[in-house]
Amino acid sequence: MAEIRLTEHPILQFKRGRKISFTFNGKKLDGHEGETVAAALHAAGVTTYRRSPQLHRPRGFFCAIGKCSSCLMTVDGVPNVRICITPLREGMKVCSPKGKGQLPEDDPATIWTWPGQYVDKILETEVAIIGAGPAGLSAAVETTRMGAETVVFDENDGIGGQLIKQTHMFFGSKEQHAKVRGIDIVPLLLEQIDDSRAQIMLEATAIGLYADKTLGVVRRQELFGLRAQKIIMASGASENMLAFEHCDLPGVYGAGAVQTLMNVYGLIPGRRVLMVGAGNIGLIVSYQLLQAGVEVVEVIEAAPYIGGYHVHAAKIRRAGVPIHTCHTITKASGQEKVEGAVVAQVDSHWQPIPNTQRELAVDVICLAVGLSPTAELLFQAGCQSCYIPELGGHVAVHDENLETTVKGIYVAGDASGIEEASTAMLEGRLAGLCAAESLGKKAISERKEEILSQLKELRTGPFGEKARKGKEMMRQEACRYGL
Amino acid sequence: MAYKKGDALTARELAAQIPPKERLRRGPVAMVECVEEIPCNPCVEICPQGAISMPGGLNKLPRLDWEKCNGCGVCVSGCPGLAIFMVDLTEGRDRAKVALPYEFIPLPEKGDKVMALDREGNELGPVDVIRVQKGKRLDRTPIVTIAVPRKWALAARSIRRLGR
Ligand code: SF4
Ligand code: SF4
Ligand code: FES
Repeated sequence: MAEIRLTEHPILQFKRGRKISFTFNGKKLDGHEGETVAAALHAAGVTTYRRSPQLHRPRGFFCAIGKCSSCLMTVDGVPNVRICITPLREGMKVCSPKGKGQLPEDDPATIWTWPGQYVDKILETEVAIIGAGPAGLSAAVETTRMGAETVVFDENDGIGGQLIKQTHMFFGSKEQHAKVRGIDIVPLLLEQIDDSRAQIMLEATAIGLYADKTLGVVRRQELFGLRAQKIIMASGASENMLAFEHCDLPGVYGAGAVQTLMNVYGLIPGRRVLMVGAGNIGLIVSYQLLQAGVEVVEVIEAAPYIGGYHVHAAKIRRAGVPIHTCHTITKASGQEKVEGAVVAQVDSHWQPIPNTQRELAVDVICLAVGLSPTAELLFQAGCQSCYIPELGGHVAVHDENLETTVKGIYVAGDASGIEEASTAMLEGRLAGLCAAESLGKKAISERKEEILSQLKELRTGPFGEKARKGKEMMRQEACRYGL
Repeated sequence: MAYKKGDALTARELAAQIPPKERLRRGPVAMVECVEEIPCNPCVEICPQGAISMPGGLNKLPRLDWEKCNGCGVCVSGCPGLAIFMVDLTEGRDRAKVALPYEFIPLPEKGDKVMALDREGNELGPVDVIRVQKGKRLDRTPIVTIAVPRKWALAARSIRRLGR
């Protein structure tokens, strides 16, 4: 049986940090420096972290990128820590919470001082960028180039967002780094950020955004304020769930989670995978699974057609992976974790057709059924929202410059509507340019025109239809709000 | 369009991509199996002969000028869709060579027997690996060339390693 930890990979090299130990519910386990608690637990074979408070169902990770709260654990006494984005440290005590997780004492006076601290200061900057993924880094390229003092923060302990998991070559044209692998784009972006003007804060989570553009930020155990003249929200997206029987079992993982385990930490998610969803993400992650030596049993897609590019489908088809359209998953089986799946054909109303069920022996069910923009902080700050299915659901109303209904707050990348990384990078640059310009930095019209024309070009053609439609609806919404 | 359902390209969908017989007889030539309008054009940028064009812009189909293509293979590893293959029918009456991008490990070596697969992953039969190109220029997309019976020249598009 193959090891969970990959030592060789056709594209990636895994440099593991030194071995360190930690405890999980009192049991001593080993992991490596540089990996998250969730990655270390996965490598140690732990898939169930805790029990759900009401029905005591097993709970493990789902999204593995800090977005779903499925992995909340008590770490060194601190309840409700998302261990999928918490770096492992020597001697950490990781425990399953009882019920919903309790603060150690009921005394409100201690809550604010324990175990971290509330720093009674508010930092100031010209531009604050939330998220150091493709959109956020690209925004920083432009803001710093135009001379704006910029703080970029991200809740992960590394930069790049989802780019660091993209082992495939990008599409598009030269201007959008076509033919370059996503993983190799991160250093290219970093190189272009003027670091005399930029500060990148990692492991820093924005927990509040107020209309006066003050952010509440938690960094490790420290809470502080950050007041910015301009805010760019480049917070990405979260993985969609799909409802089916036992869909909450550990082993039902988001596609982003599978990529994270496999391409960041070099851990195979399981041995036999059912991929749900044949959009580009489902097809690409299937191919990446094959590259990691994992069997993809089949790819199913509820729609009558695959949503992704034929060239992506062709890569897995010639490797022997079947793709079944008009199929859905009706059930996961297993007690503590996934041991199988039941798939069925669907009719034109998306209803499973009786007697078409098939049972598959799989240990991972990978969901690639779409993403939803992460935009909650914008709504807290009072930005108007609207619902545009073509953009992935609830999005903040924004104008052509990506400015929301709250002046000085911008949104870019998947947070503004789900698209590809190439468009996210362009939107990031656009938001960066516009934010810096409104700070009074030198005029930018040429670069802005150039970015707008590239965005337009990427959204042309049959695969750009959804984004075109979504952005057109957004334009109408923006008009309604007088933007 | 069966490929929209996730199926492999049919002979009909491929017809326009197959170089004419005279060209095939003259030496190795690329076969661009990219039949869908996607926003992508590195093939146009990287071909040293300028043999690939994209009339109409980024979202249109690539078009290969068989006369300009000299079979150098640069596009095989440079296409992000891994959709370009090289076919060479100059190896005698019954044989053909197929060069394909192969991003899996372990990489086969020259002289290995491997199983040739068609576009749906069906086994065609064991064939010989006659060349393996890798290196920095290919940026982690090695090119494996197999010698196949001529009847598989337009069918063999992947390989599976056999135990040594
Ligand atoms: S094989 Fe060489 S000459 Fe022919 S299309 Fe590809 S890159 Fe151009
Ligand atoms: S580079 Fe490949 S995928 Fe892109 S247009 Fe050219 S042939 Fe198609
Ligand atoms: S937040 Fe950790 S698994 Fe989703």
